[in-house]
Amino acid sequence: MLSFVSFSHQTDFSHSGSTRHHPGVDDLMDIDDFESSGSKLTYPGEIITSSQAFMRGHGTYVDKEDVIASVAGTVERVNKLVTVRAIRTRYNPEVGDLVVGRITEVQPRRWKVDANSRQDAILMLSSVNLPGGVQRRKLESDELQMRNFFEEGDLLVAEVQAFFSDGAMSLHTRSLKYGKLRNGQLVTIPPILVRRLKSHFISLPCGVDLILGLNGYIWVSKQVKNSDQGEEGFDAEAVYSNQNDDIDNATRIAISRISNIIRVLADHFIPLNDTILLEAYEWIIEQEGEIKDLLGDAGEALVAAVSNRG
Amino acid sequence: MASRIEILNDGGFRSDGRRQFELRDISIDFSLQGTADGSVTIHHGLTQVLVSVFGPREAKLRSQTIHDRANINVEVTVAAFSTGERRKRSRGDKRLLELASTIKSTFEPVVQTHLYPRSQIDVFIQVLQLDGGLLPACINGTTLALTAAGIPLFDFVCAITGGVHSASPMLDLTTLEENDIPHITVAMMPRSEQVTLVTMETRLHVDRFEEIFRLAVDAGRVIHNEMRTAIQARTGSLVASLGSGQKVEGETGVVTMMEINES
Repeated sequence: MLSFVSFSHQTDFSHSGSTRHHPGVDDLMDIDDFESSGSKLTYPGEIITSSQAFMRGHGTYVDKEDVIASVAGTVERVNKLVTVRAIRTRYNPEVGDLVVGRITEVQPRRWKVDANSRQDAILMLSSVNLPGGVQRRKLESDELQMRNFFEEGDLLVAEVQAFFSDGAMSLHTRSLKYGKLRNGQLVTIPPILVRRLKSHFISLPCGVDLILGLNGYIWVSKQVKNSDQGEEGFDAEAVYSNQNDDIDNATRIAISRISNIIRVLADHFIPLNDTILLEAYEWIIEQEGEIKDLLGDAGEALVAAVSNRG
Repeated sequence: MASRIEILNDGGFRSDGRRQFELRDISIDFSLQGTADGSVTIHHGLTQVLVSVFGPREAKLRSQTIHDRANINVEVTVAAFSTGERRKRSRGDKRLLELASTIKSTFEPVVQTHLYPRSQIDVFIQVLQLDGGLLPACINGTTLALTAAGIPLFDFVCAITGGVHSASPMLDLTTLEENDIPHITVAMMPRSEQVTLVTMETRLHVDRFEEIFRLAVDAGRVIHNEMRTAIQARTGSLVASLGSGQKVEGETGVVTMMEINES
């Protein structure tokens, strides 16, 4: 609701000589500040700008005439919308995001999934592929055997489908790319380190598959051959199986190495992508160290090496 | 003099060598503890408190969810070795429960809980060393840990104790001083200059109150400055390392103001 205070202020404004109905965006911002540091850093309670000329976005609030930051992070601006992106926070879901999650609860016709967000995500029984074809109707018998598909503790990869009114996200796994995860291990990193990419499924030449969940959960697993997966070849046995395949020693070592690289890079707050991972992996192979060395001094050397190449 | 210990000597020095209005050293360490979303170790002199914040996350108990805002859950544990006299405190200790609920009510109006309906924010406070000023250390630590976890706050909350020793007020008391002289704890929000908490466990002359109160509010600003510097340094270093990785990728995720102006 508009208050009368802001109206009267507007008229005051026009009386003061230069009438500016759309005050320039630039002249109210402290430009010098931005030039010195690249992007402006905030702390909670810091006054960013005037609320007369700008709209407040996430990470800000309005008190009287000022837009004030509520988190510590970087100021971003799109035209007149000012937002502050917190430097470290939980995952903020958006529709279409790829996430990796863990089942926490089985409820009537739905699963609760921990996805590093502010609430558990919900996976409806109607948004998973069931054995016997993609178009099949859900029956009562499906409800009774929900634990045969996903059990508490199972990991899965899914896409954010929609939001509920309270902000909880609804997931779906209605694609052959999505579903239960096997043959690997989970690494958790701050979500801000995972950028949106063209594809979040990465196959590394060292025989390791990566799924970069935008929620900061990363699945590192043995490479699977995708040749035997067609629309017709939907195999419920395989999709919902709890049994790991045989993983040979070399693959196990590669998986551990990649996981440790991710941990080290995350410790140094370096954003993740496939090129940096590959570079790091090559560097490690050159060094011929033990896998566990990486979590000690070799990690520091790795970070130095990777950032020098860039 | 009533007490055997000299609180303030003739030269104007206190038992630990400080002057009346001198605060103790404050050091702030943001190293992450375990899987916490934000954690901080804060020292006020010899008082050392470790605060870990988890969340906002799904509430463990259905009964704890509030449909239109987040629930803040505060738990305080005092290590048996933290005080001069070794004493194990149970989880149900009434003093600790009261401390926790004081901290909770201090932060409820400051945290923007309405942004996270049905969630829970857990604040776990571990007292590692105790030398007076427990409540201020917990409050300052919680502010920093919440900020580190990226939880939106209206403002910082800066807390400090103040006391009076035979007509001379002093700030940031140690255990020795707290045992001997009347004192108050004040928590203030520096931007809006509002006071969110004033507590007193001892009797204090009403004429002295205003003087100490004003002093404590001033000291709050000093503490705010320290806390702000620490937060900015941390944000700066994280943004810098975030940027160093982006150079490799050849794209900038954080859009700077300069770029917008150029385009």
